[in-house]
Amino acid sequence: MSELSSQKIPVTVLTGYLGAGKTTLLNRILSENHGKKYAVIVNEFGEIGIDNDLIIGADEEVFEMNNGCVCCTVRGDLVRIMDGLMKRKGKFDAIIVETTGLADPAPVAQTFFVDEDVQKNARLDAVVTVADAKWLSDRLKDAPEAKNQIAFADVIVLNKTDLVSKPELAEVEARIRGINPYAKLHRTERCKVALADVLERGAFDLDRILEIEPEFLDAGDDHDHDHHHGHDHHHHDHGHSHGGLKHYHDEDMQSLSLRSDKPLDPTLFMPWLQNLVATEGQKILRSKGILAFTDDDDRYVFQGVHMMLEGDHQRKWKEGEPRESRVVFIGRELPEKAIREGFEACIVA
Amino acid sequence: MTQFDPGERLSIASLTDRVRRLAIGVTATAVHFLGDTAVFVGTEENAALVSQAGEISTVAIHGGGILCTTSDGKRIVTGGDDGKVVTLNAKGEVTVLATDAKRRWIDNVALHPDGAFAWSAAKTAFVRSGKGEEKTFDAPSTVGGLAFAPKGLRVAIAHYNGVTLWFPNMAAKPEFLEWAGSHLAVTFSPDNKFLVTAMHEPALHGWRLADNRHMRMSGYPGRVRSMSWSTGGKGLATSGADTVIIWPFTSKDGPMGKEPAMLAPLQARVSMVACHPKQDIMAAGYSDGTVLIIRLEDGAEILVRRNGSEAVSALAWNAKGTLLAFGTEDGDAGMLEF
Repeated sequence: MSELSSQKIPVTVLTGYLGAGKTTLLNRILSENHGKKYAVIVNEFGEIGIDNDLIIGADEEVFEMNNGCVCCTVRGDLVRIMDGLMKRKGKFDAIIVETTGLADPAPVAQTFFVDEDVQKNARLDAVVTVADAKWLSDRLKDAPEAKNQIAFADVIVLNKTDLVSKPELAEVEARIRGINPYAKLHRTERCKVALADVLERGAFDLDRILEIEPEFLDAGDDHDHDHHHGHDHHHHDHGHSHGGLKHYHDEDMQSLSLRSDKPLDPTLFMPWLQNLVATEGQKILRSKGILAFTDDDDRYVFQGVHMMLEGDHQRKWKEGEPRESRVVFIGRELPEKAIREGFEACIVA
Repeated sequence: MTQFDPGERLSIASLTDRVRRLAIGVTATAVHFLGDTAVFVGTEENAALVSQAGEISTVAIHGGGILCTTSDGKRIVTGGDDGKVVTLNAKGEVTVLATDAKRRWIDNVALHPDGAFAWSAAKTAFVRSGKGEEKTFDAPSTVGGLAFAPKGLRVAIAHYNGVTLWFPNMAAKPEFLEWAGSHLAVTFSPDNKFLVTAMHEPALHGWRLADNRHMRMSGYPGRVRSMSWSTGGKGLATSGADTVIIWPFTSKDGPMGKEPAMLAPLQARVSMVACHPKQDIMAAGYSDGTVLIIRLEDGAEILVRRNGSEAVSALAWNAKGTLLAFGTEDGDAGMLEF
């Protein structure tokens, strides 16, 4: 599977509210000397200052699938553009899809799950959300789109950090973490972020759903990338945002983490999960899980976007590795009690 | 039959040793015959012309990817991601017919027997009559497919949630045929009685034009990317399944309430279909590179190309039905003469 998926062209979805700095990041990606060629699908021509014959204007046409499921939407224009781009295979290494500031990332992501031909040629790499450190807190209050984009993100580029004070920065981070504690967060000025931190993330690769710990507990990881902030400052901030998590816990958009040291019964868990996303899929934006099933020496991993799920046996549990199941949902008004109880009922006593 | 193995199925006739292999130098997205010259349209930039004697010449037609192509047997019209609509004749002469002002992709092209042609870029459909007059129509969403009706100057424009029937020379309001979902390729039956679209979901949708009665044709495992009317318009052969699916259109109700014929099953998906222009036979190309000729009456098969490559991406007969040409996604191509 890995070999096959590596031949597929990686697609990065670049999203963010109006004025956050998406175009700045895009220009950075296109102008940096990385030896790679990107096909870029944008919604506004002309904003890109880089000459590139593979910049394609898109119309953001959101189509409902004809399967009676209202949240199964895809980007019709993207299906068409991907078809056309595949005629030029070999002329580019990766694809970046920029959405408008008001877009919901779900139809873009779902296009890569639902369309057979798109799936054959391309794979979703990550949803990267650019957020404005100064204005995001306000937008989270008044713009549901901004909230969706944060909730959906695998990577958050928290931009314009030079325009806010340390306490303001701590607050906006805490607000982000209240919605999505799992995304990688990078603080930037003028979107100065190492491209390796936003591209080739493999966030939708089942083989790479290794850690679904909340990112802020994982203090060791982003030191190397975070050039603008000192070590001490970094750790200091962590304390704050951690403490702030409960304080800023978003009223409607939240994440829910489940875990069990005891194995799960696959004959109970799988139908429960499928039923859950079928009935609550509109509320669930993203889901991920690593599962230990009874009498199964393989880890099972899954991920989902709204009602769409994909899962597979991933690898053998290593010797000495704790066989722990972990499931994460990010969504709106999640029925927490029902989900927890449903999950508990799948645990083999 | 569960498995197709020419080695064990001695009953199948084979013409594989009569196929002329062609080093066309392009990966064909389509092949059309202009007289007895096969023109392989590449996925980008070039087309390769192959004479009946097997001489190959290459011409540049676009400055990038070639997104759509059509032919009336006299000329080929293509659209590209360079924003150009281009025509090519059997002599290899290339003429730019139109250039999109915003350099948008040309997603669809269609040709009318009287010399008019149509193209689309994003939501806009354009028609230029034989006299050079240009008309445009803005669809409610991106145009998925274009087709001229066999009679009169009428254009079917497929888009999200239906098809618009547009009469470019009439002031009348275009007719809208509604059906939820994303409609892509569109085709009129040769008798002008039915209109069929291939949808984004694996299904066809059709309308009987006399009363706009709906016809749902579903059950495909994959999207239908290739459709071909059999001689006389008796049936519509389609790709998208592991057999050729042929919907009957002989009665006034079309395929309504009828089962399609399912011919030539393989353990591979049909990727291209091309009906013979004069006889009740057809050619089918598969996702594993197999090419078969199939008799519509009884499904008898003749092997033209063995499996073991990428999918067949181009397949066509010449107008007389004496030559069959094919190309594959990995750049192989061949021609068979009868």
